[in-house]
Amino acid sequence: MTTKLVVGLDGHGSGERAVAYAERLAKLIGDCELVIVYVVEWSPYSFQTAEENAQRHKRREEEISTATQRVIDPAVSKVQASGVKATGKVRHGDVASILMAVAEEEKAEQIVVSRSSEGGFAKRIFGSATSNLVMHASVPVTVVN
Amino acid sequence: MTFFNKMMLSAIAMTGVSTVASAQEAMTIDQKVNETFAAVTGPFVSLIFAPIPGTSFPWIVMWLVIAASIFTIYFGFVQFRFFGHAIGLVKGDYSDPNDAGEVSHFQALATALSGTVGLGNIAGVAVAVGIGGPGATFWMILAGLLGMASKFTECTLGVKYRNEYEDGTVSGGPMYYISKGFKELGLPGGKFLAIMFSIFCILGALGGGNMFQANQAHAQISGIVGDYPGWITGIIFAAVVFAVIVGGIKSIANVTEKVVPFMGILYVGAALIILLVNYDKIGWAFGQIFAGAFTGLGVAGGFVGALIQGFKRAAFSNEAGVGSAAIAHSAVRTKEPITEGFVSLLEPLIDTVVICTMTALVITISQQLIVDPATGLYVLNEAGSSIATVNDVSGVALTSAAFGSAIGWFPYVLAIAVVLFAFSTMISWSYYGLKSWTYLFGEGKNSELTFKIIFCIFIVIGAAASLGPVIDFSDAAIFAMAVVNIFCLYFLMGLVKKELHSYASRLQAGEIRKFKH
Repeated sequence: MTTKLVVGLDGHGSGERAVAYAERLAKLIGDCELVIVYVVEWSPYSFQTAEENAQRHKRREEEISTATQRVIDPAVSKVQASGVKATGKVRHGDVASILMAVAEEEKAEQIVVSRSSEGGFAKRIFGSATSNLVMHASVPVTVVN
Repeated sequence: MTFFNKMMLSAIAMTGVSTVASAQEAMTIDQKVNETFAAVTGPFVSLIFAPIPGTSFPWIVMWLVIAASIFTIYFGFVQFRFFGHAIGLVKGDYSDPNDAGEVSHFQALATALSGTVGLGNIAGVAVAVGIGGPGATFWMILAGLLGMASKFTECTLGVKYRNEYEDGTVSGGPMYYISKGFKELGLPGGKFLAIMFSIFCILGALGGGNMFQANQAHAQISGIVGDYPGWITGIIFAAVVFAVIVGGIKSIANVTEKVVPFMGILYVGAALIILLVNYDKIGWAFGQIFAGAFTGLGVAGGFVGALIQGFKRAAFSNEAGVGSAAIAHSAVRTKEPITEGFVSLLEPLIDTVVICTMTALVITISQQLIVDPATGLYVLNEAGSSIATVNDVSGVALTSAAFGSAIGWFPYVLAIAVVLFAFSTMISWSYYGLKSWTYLFGEGKNSELTFKIIFCIFIVIGAAASLGPVIDFSDAAIFAMAVVNIFCLYFLMGLVKKELHSYASRLQAGEIRKFKH
C-alpha cells in the first residue's frame, strides 16, 4: 500500500522547505505519495456585506484557481519531476483543521509543515496554525524549521 | 408608476435648489427641505396608511398581520417546529465541508441582520412605546413571532428563484421570484408586479433604509454636541457612504461590519445590566406591557393605538413580509433553498422578540414616560399625539435618556452605536435598492452610478428633515413593498409548501444528515 504524507503549504518560502523535506522522506520510504495542501484562511462565522456575499462564489473560484496556479501546481510538478508521486488540493477554512481533515481522508501517515512564518503579537495571543496542529492532530506532525 | 417617479424627481430637484442656498440660512434650509418633503410625500403616505373604512385602523397593518398569521397556519407553525433545525443550520452542522469558502448560513443571517438590526430597534421602539405606551411591546412581540413565518416564506423563494450569472455572482429577491414564480405557475402579471415591487423597494431604500437612518443619527449626534443644522451631518454621511458604495473603499465597510455586531452585543449587554439592576421592576414593567396591550392605559387611541404602534414598528424593524431580507439571503449557495428559509426565521426573533423587547423594557423601567400618579394612566403631551416624557424627547433621544438614566455615560456609546447602525443599514439598503434599480434599468456601470448618487443625495434630505415626515415616508415606502410582496406570496406559497414537505420527509428519513456531530 502506498504511504501518504500530507504537506501543508502557506505560499511562503518556508513551505518549500516542508516540501523538500517531505520529498526526501518519500524517497526513503519508497512507495510514497505526497498530498500537497494549500489552505485559504476562511471562517463561516465572519461578517460580510450583502455585495460581498453576492460575489462570494466568484471570489472563491478565483481564490482556488490562483492558489492552484501559483502555489500548488509548481510544487506538485517539482515533486513529480524528482520522481515522487504527488497530488495537490486547495481548501478553504482553518489551516490546522483542514490539514487534519485531509490527513484523515487520505489515511496519511503523517503531516509535514514548516514552522509558521507569522509571528509577533497575534501569534502570542491566538497561537499559530502549526502549534494548533501539533496539539490536536491524530497523526504525527513533522515541523520543518 | 410615473406618479412616484415624478415625486422622486421633484424631491431630488428641490434639494438641489436648497443645498446651493447660502449656509448662513442653515435653519431655513432644514425647514425648506422639511416642508417640501412633507408636501411631496403626503399623498403617498395617506394612501398607504388609509384607515379601514369606519375604523381608525390602517389597512396596511391588518395586511401584514393577516399575512403573517396565514403563513404561520399554512406552514403548520414552522417557526416553532423547525426552530432547533434552524439553529443547527446556522451552527454549520449540516454544511458540507466541500462547500467551505461559499457564503455560510451564518454569514447570510448576519448580513441580513445587519440590515435590520439598527435604528428600528433603538429609535423605532421608542416611537412605538412613546405613542402606544408599553402595551405596544406586547403586540410587537406577537408580530415578531408571527413574522417569522413571513420571513421563512420569502427567503425560501429568494434563494429558489435567484439569478445565477456565468461569472458566478448572484442576484435574488422578490422581483426575481415574482416574475419567475408566476411564469412557472402560468399566472399573468408577474413581470408587472416585479416592476412594482422594484419601484417600491427603491423608495424603501431611500426612505427607511436611508433618510430615517440619517435623520436619527443626526438627532443622536446633535443631542450630544448641541444643536446644529442637519444637512451638515447629511453631507458627512453622504460622503462616507459615497466613498464605500461608489469609491469601493472596502476598508470602511469592513470595519463597520466587524464593529456593528459588537455594538449590538454591547447594546443588549447594557440593556441586560439595566434590567438586572432593576430586577424588582421587571415584573411591574411586564404588568404595564400586558395591561397596556389590552387597555392602552390612557394612550392616544386606547388599546387599538397600542396595537397599531406595536405592529407597525415590529414590521418596520424586522421587515418580515417586506421582501428586503429575501434579497440579502439569496446569496447563500445551497442545494436546498428551504434551509435558508429556516435560517431567516431566526431574524424576527433576534431583532424583534429579543432586542426590541429589551429596549421597550428599559424605556418602561426608566420611567421616562410620565404617569399620572392619581389614575395610573399615561399623561399625553400638549398635542395629545403621544405620551409626555421627562424631557419632552421622542425617538432615539427617548431611548438614550432611558439608558442614560441608569448608566450615565451610555448615551455616548449609544451615539456611536446609532451612527454605526445607521451606516451599516444604509450600506445594506443601498444594495437592496441597487438590485431593484438594476432589475428595472439593467446592470451596468452608469445605471448603478445613477442610483448610488441619488441614494447619497437622500441622505442629506433625511438628515435635514424633521422626524415626522421622514418616519411617515419611510414607513409608507417600506410597507408599499409589503403590499406587492405579500400579494405575490399568496400565489407562491404553494411552491414553498412543496419544498417544505419534501425536505421534512427527507429529514425524517435521515437522508439529510449532519456533517458535524
